Amino acid sequence: MTVSEFEPWNDPEAKPLIHFQNVTKRFGDFTAIDDLTIDIYEKEFYALLGPSGCGKTTLMRMLAGFETPTEGTIQLAGQDIVGVPPNKRATNMMFQSYALFPHLSIWENIAFGLRREGMAKDKINDRVEEMLRLTRMEKFARRKPHQVSGGQRQRVALARSLAKAPKLLLLDEPLGALDKKLRQDTQFELMDIQEKTGTTFVIVTHDQEEAMTVASRVAVMDHGQIKQVATPAHIYEAPNSVYVADFIGEVNIIDGTASPNGEDTYAVKWCDNHAPLNAASPLPFSEGQKCHLAIRPEKVSISADKPEGAANMVQGKVHDIAYLGNISTYYVELPTGAIIKAQTANTRRIARRSFTWEDTVWLSWTATAGVLLAE
Amino acid sequence: MMRRFLLIATPYFWLLALFLVPFAIVFKISLSDAAIARPPYMPQFDWAEGIRAFISQLDFENFVFLTEDDLYWKAYLSSLKIALISTVLTLLVGFPMAYGMARAPTEWRPTLMMLIILPFWTSFLIRVYAWMGILSNEGYLNSVLMWLGVINEPLVILNTNIAVYIGIVYTYLPFMILPIYSTLERLDGSLNEAAEDLGCSRFSAFWLVTVPLSRPGIAAGSFLVFIPALGEFVIPSLLGGSGTLMIGKVLWEEFFSNRDWPVASAVAIILLLILVIPIVLFQRNQQKQQEAEQ
Ligand SMILES: Nc1ncnc2c1ncn2[C@@H]1O[C@H](COP(=O)(O)OP(=O)(O)OP(=O)(O)O)[C@@H](O)[C@H]1O
Ligand SMILES: [Mg+2]
Repeated sequence: MTVSEFEPWNDPEAKPLIHFQNVTKRFGDFTAIDDLTIDIYEKEFYALLGPSGCGKTTLMRMLAGFETPTEGTIQLAGQDIVGVPPNKRATNMMFQSYALFPHLSIWENIAFGLRREGMAKDKINDRVEEMLRLTRMEKFARRKPHQVSGGQRQRVALARSLAKAPKLLLLDEPLGALDKKLRQDTQFELMDIQEKTGTTFVIVTHDQEEAMTVASRVAVMDHGQIKQVATPAHIYEAPNSVYVADFIGEVNIIDGTASPNGEDTYAVKWCDNHAPLNAASPLPFSEGQKCHLAIRPEKVSISADKPEGAANMVQGKVHDIAYLGNISTYYVELPTGAIIKAQTANTRRIARRSFTWEDTVWLSWTATAGVLLAE
Repeated sequence: MMRRFLLIATPYFWLLALFLVPFAIVFKISLSDAAIARPPYMPQFDWAEGIRAFISQLDFENFVFLTEDDLYWKAYLSSLKIALISTVLTLLVGFPMAYGMARAPTEWRPTLMMLIILPFWTSFLIRVYAWMGILSNEGYLNSVLMWLGVINEPLVILNTNIAVYIGIVYTYLPFMILPIYSTLERLDGSLNEAAEDLGCSRFSAFWLVTVPLSRPGIAAGSFLVFIPALGEFVIPSLLGGSGTLMIGKVLWEEFFSNRDWPVASAVAIILLLILVIPIVLFQRNQQKQQEAEQ
């Protein structure tokens, strides 16, 4: 099997499906979206991540046509869509509140959009059955929305938005109420649908694992601004700011000052009593510039004996251990009082764990393990 | 145990005292014969003769009489027609007002609600008299229209059925608006957005989502208008003319002009039976609504 790279954002020839140009949205004097410029390409699975209230839903609602930007333009396939009413857009949205019609059965809810298209009866039947099967709701087709559980309602909302097979599908936290197993299955279903139909997805999620699994690119938002847009791997391995590093996954941040000591390598002075840390960075830092070293816990090794030849090592005491089943996180207190997290896979039974509370241990990592950040 | 008994017994006692006992009394009168006496009917219960002799004098004569004189069933039918038409008119006027209120900015709503209820602060009779002043041939409406040159001759509205419709719509409008408003206000705006997202125009979203979901309010409002309008007496006698036939007026005339209490009671009993049907329907509607909300 050959996997061709899907990276239209790196192709200067590629035309984006959606183009936000300096879009600002204000509610009164509150700025919900702040001068936002983004491109979303066809067949992308674009995940929006960000804290509550950062403007994710507002962004979606502008795409669906329920809000008009205060400033800026939004283009869909090269056409300005500001002012085009929602029913004239080839987009469907799954609402965060589901917005299921309480007076209609689940079957009729899913058929609602198809009926508006004037689709033939038997075709509607087939399509609704297909959607019910996909979301495993066949048994509940005749019930009203208030007669099913929260997770089931969420699946109905998903089925209803998928039914019309739109060009652009907006999913506002589509899987939040599902249990882990069902969520994973549905994620794969979504990716499958996406592959089969070529639909472009914009998905809001609070679950970064989900974003990592399904997304072609992840956009991290804060206060109505996009902090970084990149592939899941890139955003995890090379965040561009402490905010992004902290938002995606767990991270240790060590503050210090940089001084160049080689080609693209820097010595980070972080504490008067300790030797500086070594870090590689493609970004230039000047002598004495303030910097933050971000290291993922799984990139920090923990050992009882002093490791030989490691680029960075510090000694500390095990302060706490979080046992997560497959992995354990050790919270190691340094003499400075700072806490560094180190993660190891639990390849042995818990009883045979090498370290326990109050043990003195060595932490070490390579020069390329961390990312040096200016802000 | 005692408390539970009291709790259950209270509404039944209420029903007994305020509905069943008066109903039994009126029913008994309807089975009696008119007489020049005080009270003006026979027989009176007499302890000496016993209950058997008393009952043997009661009969259904008056009900038979109602079927013989076509005045009565014509009055029933005409009342039903007037009540029905005015209910529809009230709905047509009331729904847009309720809709407008429900969509108004939140801070305006208490004021709007106040304005709807405000007319109740003056006497109902005075308000109906005011309509006589507005609708009469020399009234305000005709003066304004003639002054504007829209008409040359005054429109004859007062003492016609049109005036009765206007009176009923005006009087009962709040009873239509308030229940509809309360259902519309609770509606989730994102439902209409979802409908539009799935391909509805604004109007069809309104028709397919807002209207069906406000049906409980429409039903409640319609019953609240229809039931009192059917037996309405004041409005047809003040605003209606000789051609306005309503059962409430007939009833009044039997009681006070003819002093034929037994026939009047029979008319009232039949009116009640006609009303029981919509009342039962109304109750069932309420129940269904409650079940749906659970
Ligand atoms: N109609 C509105 N009027 C005023 N403020 C609004 C309106 N809609 C949204 N906001 C504000 O805009 C900001 C962004 O809202 P939005 O719903 O987009 O957040 P979100 O990122 O989707 O959050 P969550 O993750 O909690 O769903 C919030 O602070 C919110 O209070
Ligand atoms: Mg949201």
